[in-house]
Amino acid sequence: MQAIGLHGVDWAIILFYFAFIIGLGFYLKKYTKSEDDFFLAGRRNSSWVAGLAFLSANLGALELLGMTGNTFKYGMFVAHFYWIGAVPAMLFLGIFMMPFYYSGRIKSVPGYLKLRFDEKTRVLNGFSFALMTLLVSGINLYAMALVLHTFVGWNWDVSMWASAITVAVYVTLSGLMSAIFTEIIQFFLIWFGLFLVSILGIVEIGSLSEIMHRVPEAFSKLWSTSGDPTQNGMMVTWGGIVLGLGFVLSFGYWTTDFLVVQRAFSAKNLRSARMTPIIASFFKMAVPFIVIIAGLLALVLSKDPNSGFALMTDAGKTNYDSALPMLIARYFPRGLVGLGITALLAGFMAGQAGNISAFNTVWTYDIYHSVINRKASPKHLLWMGRVATVAGIIISVATAYWAKSMPTIMDYMQAIFSWVNAPLFATMLLGMFVKWITPNGAFWGLIAGMGSSFAMYLAVKFQWISTSLITFSKVASDMAANFWRAWWAWLICFVVTIVVSLFTKKKPDEELVGLVKGLTRETALEKPVWYKRPAFYAVLSLVIFVLLNIYFW
Amino acid sequence: MATNVKKMKPIWFFVGVILQVMGGLIFGISLYDWIAGVESRTVLANLHPGVWWGGLMSLAGFVFELKNINASIE
Repeated sequence: MQAIGLHGVDWAIILFYFAFIIGLGFYLKKYTKSEDDFFLAGRRNSSWVAGLAFLSANLGALELLGMTGNTFKYGMFVAHFYWIGAVPAMLFLGIFMMPFYYSGRIKSVPGYLKLRFDEKTRVLNGFSFALMTLLVSGINLYAMALVLHTFVGWNWDVSMWASAITVAVYVTLSGLMSAIFTEIIQFFLIWFGLFLVSILGIVEIGSLSEIMHRVPEAFSKLWSTSGDPTQNGMMVTWGGIVLGLGFVLSFGYWTTDFLVVQRAFSAKNLRSARMTPIIASFFKMAVPFIVIIAGLLALVLSKDPNSGFALMTDAGKTNYDSALPMLIARYFPRGLVGLGITALLAGFMAGQAGNISAFNTVWTYDIYHSVINRKASPKHLLWMGRVATVAGIIISVATAYWAKSMPTIMDYMQAIFSWVNAPLFATMLLGMFVKWITPNGAFWGLIAGMGSSFAMYLAVKFQWISTSLITFSKVASDMAANFWRAWWAWLICFVVTIVVSLFTKKKPDEELVGLVKGLTRETALEKPVWYKRPAFYAVLSLVIFVLLNIYFW
Repeated sequence: MATNVKKMKPIWFFVGVILQVMGGLIFGISLYDWIAGVESRTVLANLHPGVWWGGLMSLAGFVFELKNINASIE
C-alpha cells in the first residue's frame, strides 16, 4: 500500500527541482577551474553559506523519517540527538579545533593527521573514511529507493538510478560548490516542505502544550526519567546519554567526520570557518520543531480512535518511518504534496552529494596522491576528482543492490559510525591539545580503538558476551549499546595512544607549529570587536541549549 | 581569484528562484482549487494551507531574489 498519491502539479514541482539542480551544476562549472574550486569550493564561502551546508550535510531525509519514527517510539528522548548530541560538539569544533584545522590550509581531515602525525595514520584514516562513506552512501541510496517505493509507489530501480545519475552529473561538473549549493536549497525546501506539518498538527490538536499533555509523561520529558533505564523508552541512563551520545558519538561525528567538516574548510577565512559550526548549532537546535513535534503528533493521533490516523504496517509490523509520510498525506493537498516529496528527495540527494564530494577529496588527496601517484599535477588531480565522483556513484549503486539482496547490512550502519569516528575523536583531541603524543601512539591507538569497537559489536551481536557488561545495566536497547560501545572504543584509543606515546619518538616542536595548542601563535587568531567574535555567538548558542534542556527537563 | 574573472551569483539568488517558482505553483493551484470549489479530502483543507503557505514561499523567494539580483561573489 502506498501512502501518498501525486497529481500533475506535484510532478511539475518534482521535475522542476531535478532540472534546476542539474542547471545549477552547469552554471557552476564555469567557475570550477582549479582543484581548489572543485575540492574546496574555491575557499570563498561566507560563514552563513558554509554553516547552513554544514548542518544540511547531516540533515538527510533518512534522518528526518527515522527520527520522527523514533520520537513515536521513544518520545522527547530523541531530542538528545539534536541538543546534547550535537550542540556542545559543534561549539567545541568552532572555538577550539577549527584554528588547528584551518590554519594548516589542509584539504581534508586525514590531511591534518599527516601533518600532525605521519603518512601511515593519514592513509589508515583515509581508507577507513572512504570505505565508510561509500557504504553509507550506498545504503542511503537503497533506503531512498525503498522509501519512495513504499510511500509514493515509485519503481525501485528508476528512482535509484534517476537520483544517482543526477547527483553524478552535478558533482562531476562542479564538485563541492554544487554539493554546497544543493545542500542550502535542501535546507530551505525541508523547512518550507515539512515544518508546515507541525504547524497544521498544532492547529488540529489545539496547542503544543495539549500535544504534550496527551502523550505519556515519560514521552514528554528529556532528563527526569533518565535515572532509571526501565522508566524511559530508550532504556538508557543519563550516563549513556552524556558519555556515549553527548561526548564520544557527538564529538566523534561533528568534529572529525570530513563530510561535515569539509564545509567549514570551504569558508573564506578563519573567522568564517569558526563561525560555520556555531551558526549551524542554532539551526540544529530548531530541527526538533519538525521531527519531535511530528513524531509526538503522530503518537497523539494514533491513540485517538476518532482521528482515522494510523502508521503503515509491513507484514503485521509497525513501520515507524511512515509517521512523517502519513502526516504529509493527512494534511497536504496537491501542490504541497509535491513540495513535501521534493523536500525528502532533496534531503536524499544532497546527502548523496555530500558523501560523494567528501569521498572524492579523500580518495584524490589522501589515497591517490599520497600512495599511488605522488607526482600528480594539480590539473591531473582535478581530473582524478571527477573520475572518483563517477566511480564513487557506481560503487554506491552496487552497494545499494547489495543492500537490497541482503537487508541485514542495514543493521551494521551504527557499527560503522562508531567504528571510525569514536576512536578518531580521541586521536584528534590528543593530537591537537597534547604536544608529546607521537605518530606511533596515534596509529596504534586508532588501530586499537577501531578494532575494539568492531570486536564489541560482534561479541554482543553473536552473544559471546552479555550487553550488560558494556552498558552497566540489566536492560538496554540497541541504541544504548551503541552509546556505550562508542564510549569504550574512545577510551581504549585514548589510553593506548597515551601509553604508546610514552615509549615512542615524538615529532620535533618546530614541525607542530600551528597544529597543536601551545605551539600556535595566538596572533594568528583574529580579534574583532566582542559582538563579532565566534565566542560570543557560541555562548549565546550554549545559553539557548541550556534553556531548552531545563524547559523540557 | 584570478581564475574566476566573471563573477558568480550568490546561492541566495538561486534559493529565491526555486522558492518563488515552487511557491507560485502551489499558490496558483491551491487558489484555483479554492475558487473552483475542488473538494480536498485532507484534514484542515478548509484552511486552504496551500494558498497561504505557497504565497509565503513565493514572497520569501521574491525577497531573496530582490536582495541578490545585482549581487555577485568573487
